[in-house]
Amino acid sequence: MNLHEYQAKGLFAQYGLPVSEGYAVDTADQAVAAAEKIGGERWVVKVQVHAGGRGKAGGVKVVDSLEAVRAFADQWVGKNLVTIQTDENGQPVSKIYVESCTDIDRELYLSAVIDRGSRRVVFMASTEGGVEIETVAEETPEKILRASIDPYVGAQPYQGRELAFKLGLEGAQVRQFTNLFMGLNKLFEESDCSLLEINPLVVTAAGDIHCLDAKINIDGNALYRQPEIAAMDDPSQEDEREAQAAEYNLNYVALDGNIGCMVNGAGLAMGTMDLVKLHGGNPANFLDVGGGATKEAVSEAFKIILSDSAVRAVLINIFGGIVSCATIAEGIIGAVQEVGVEVPVVVRFEGNNAELGRETLSNSGLNIIPGETLVDAAEKAVAAAGGQS
Amino acid sequence: MSILINHDTKVICQGFTGSQGTLHSEQALAYGTQLVGGVTPGKGGSTHLGLPVFDTVADAVQATGATASVIYVPAGFCKDSILEALDAGIELIVCITEGIPTLDMLAVKARLELTGARMIGPNCPGVITPGACKIGIMPGDIHLPGKVGIVSRSGTLTYEAVKQTTDRGFGQSTCVGIGGDPIPGSHFIDILALFQEDPATEAIVMVGEIGGNAEEEAAAFIKANVTKPVVAYIAGVTAPPGKRMGHAGAIIAGGKGTADDKFAALNDAGVRTVRSLAEIGEALAEITGWS
Repeated sequence: MNLHEYQAKGLFAQYGLPVSEGYAVDTADQAVAAAEKIGGERWVVKVQVHAGGRGKAGGVKVVDSLEAVRAFADQWVGKNLVTIQTDENGQPVSKIYVESCTDIDRELYLSAVIDRGSRRVVFMASTEGGVEIETVAEETPEKILRASIDPYVGAQPYQGRELAFKLGLEGAQVRQFTNLFMGLNKLFEESDCSLLEINPLVVTAAGDIHCLDAKINIDGNALYRQPEIAAMDDPSQEDEREAQAAEYNLNYVALDGNIGCMVNGAGLAMGTMDLVKLHGGNPANFLDVGGGATKEAVSEAFKIILSDSAVRAVLINIFGGIVSCATIAEGIIGAVQEVGVEVPVVVRFEGNNAELGRETLSNSGLNIIPGETLVDAAEKAVAAAGGQS
Repeated sequence: MSILINHDTKVICQGFTGSQGTLHSEQALAYGTQLVGGVTPGKGGSTHLGLPVFDTVADAVQATGATASVIYVPAGFCKDSILEALDAGIELIVCITEGIPTLDMLAVKARLELTGARMIGPNCPGVITPGACKIGIMPGDIHLPGKVGIVSRSGTLTYEAVKQTTDRGFGQSTCVGIGGDPIPGSHFIDILALFQEDPATEAIVMVGEIGGNAEEEAAAFIKANVTKPVVAYIAGVTAPPGKRMGHAGAIIAGGKGTADDKFAALNDAGVRTVRSLAEIGEALAEITGWS
């Protein structure tokens, strides 16, 4: 789960980490009031969307009048921001973050991730702040500093000091950075983060360490024990169908093809998409209907798949494990009747009672095309959707 | 022979009396697994499915001599259950549960590295040595005792590979589902090393998917250490970057972890890769000369 910048900075503030005074607002009036409350003559106004590249897209601006604060909010609230990281429709803007302006001396980079290779939380720091860290990693990997956290001992201040000295920090900055490092690690652990990124982390004109941006991703598996963070979820930032699928505990990812896929198991669902592509078709989605593939789950899956108007055929691929394909066939029949599926449906059953499942489907009188094998099913689905593209 | 488990493996079940524990324990018993008891705190001294229930794993180990444990407890309790099994001296922990917080697995993994114990999973179908011992949720009847070792990050994709090797009469020595999480208890290389040493395993099927670099690590390991023929399939060529594809670990992040990179690494290691999951059995026949 992703947090907005203002939510991430709220968590930073709770941990006493250096962030600017700022307020998230919904309207132009509130934006002006926030700027007045902060005081001064310059502010930073930022649209709140789950996407990077906001600055280049015009979604972040330094303004020096209350009129400009109002104009920015008027321009963006209720609109979509398109950045290099979004699709062509962009992300909806419902909140603007109004912040005091910081005078910058140097821009740095600091992040923490769960590193799958070393099986540790790893901090990464760099003197190359304000640019994409992937670019730095690609072009000048020696400029990325690392500190690996022992899961039982935890982060140690010396690790923070080491990074600070290598970043060229001096005097009070070293202590400030070490406190930030220790605080971020505490936040990472206590909030079940999967990623925490400050880009840029700056040294202000006054010589202090300051978090100018803040990005946090939370481990979805841990939301059950993070109720306050779970409540920060903003479904408007997700694909509508993906959000709807999540409500029914289905895993759905929208793609841009025309063959809807419904599969039990995440790996097989990916494998089925790949097979469709290999046989000249284009998958419209990834959808894992779960091991049981119950009538309720199949019905919901149909509704989500068919809400995509590009879908011309649906391919159902089920490997019956513990659950019998005959039971799943009943579920599919019930769902097709309930939802009123009008596009051709190709079904491939394998495993537990596959033959009985196929019989059940062919006796149903519904327009369901049986696929004999994986390849046969993929080819029939591609043909049913109008042939190879 | 086989790896990890055989006829003699004594298994207990943590989360024995719950619905999942009960269902899959019944199936394991029907398959012939030496399931010798289970653990449900507070129900010690009772019997379930004709087997003794214990309050703690330590009690169960002492009374039954079990060396393996299968875990069906809910995700939030898994870290505790795994560490309990480790401290009780269990040598093989198979955790089926999906949805364990990643930071919990980091702690578990660090403890595993300090002990000699192995863990398979979480978020996996389990381990089966056909005809001898089934630990997990896979359907027993698609398997056939035989000579192919199968290791996979995905449940139903494992079943596809199993079915293809059964249909051709090759059978399986042992099938290991290492699971779809970003931090698994065992990685491909751990299992590949066991298959390489196992005399009953004559060829290996490896089923990977997008995300992380376990397949790239496996490719390097195979190049240096594995002399047996290997067929590999990677799911997720059509997966878009930045999206989590069902499994917590199946995500292309920062351009890393793509199926194409994994295919390339495996090809470079001399592995026979297939782009269609329907071609696993056929490719195996080709590189081994089996008919």
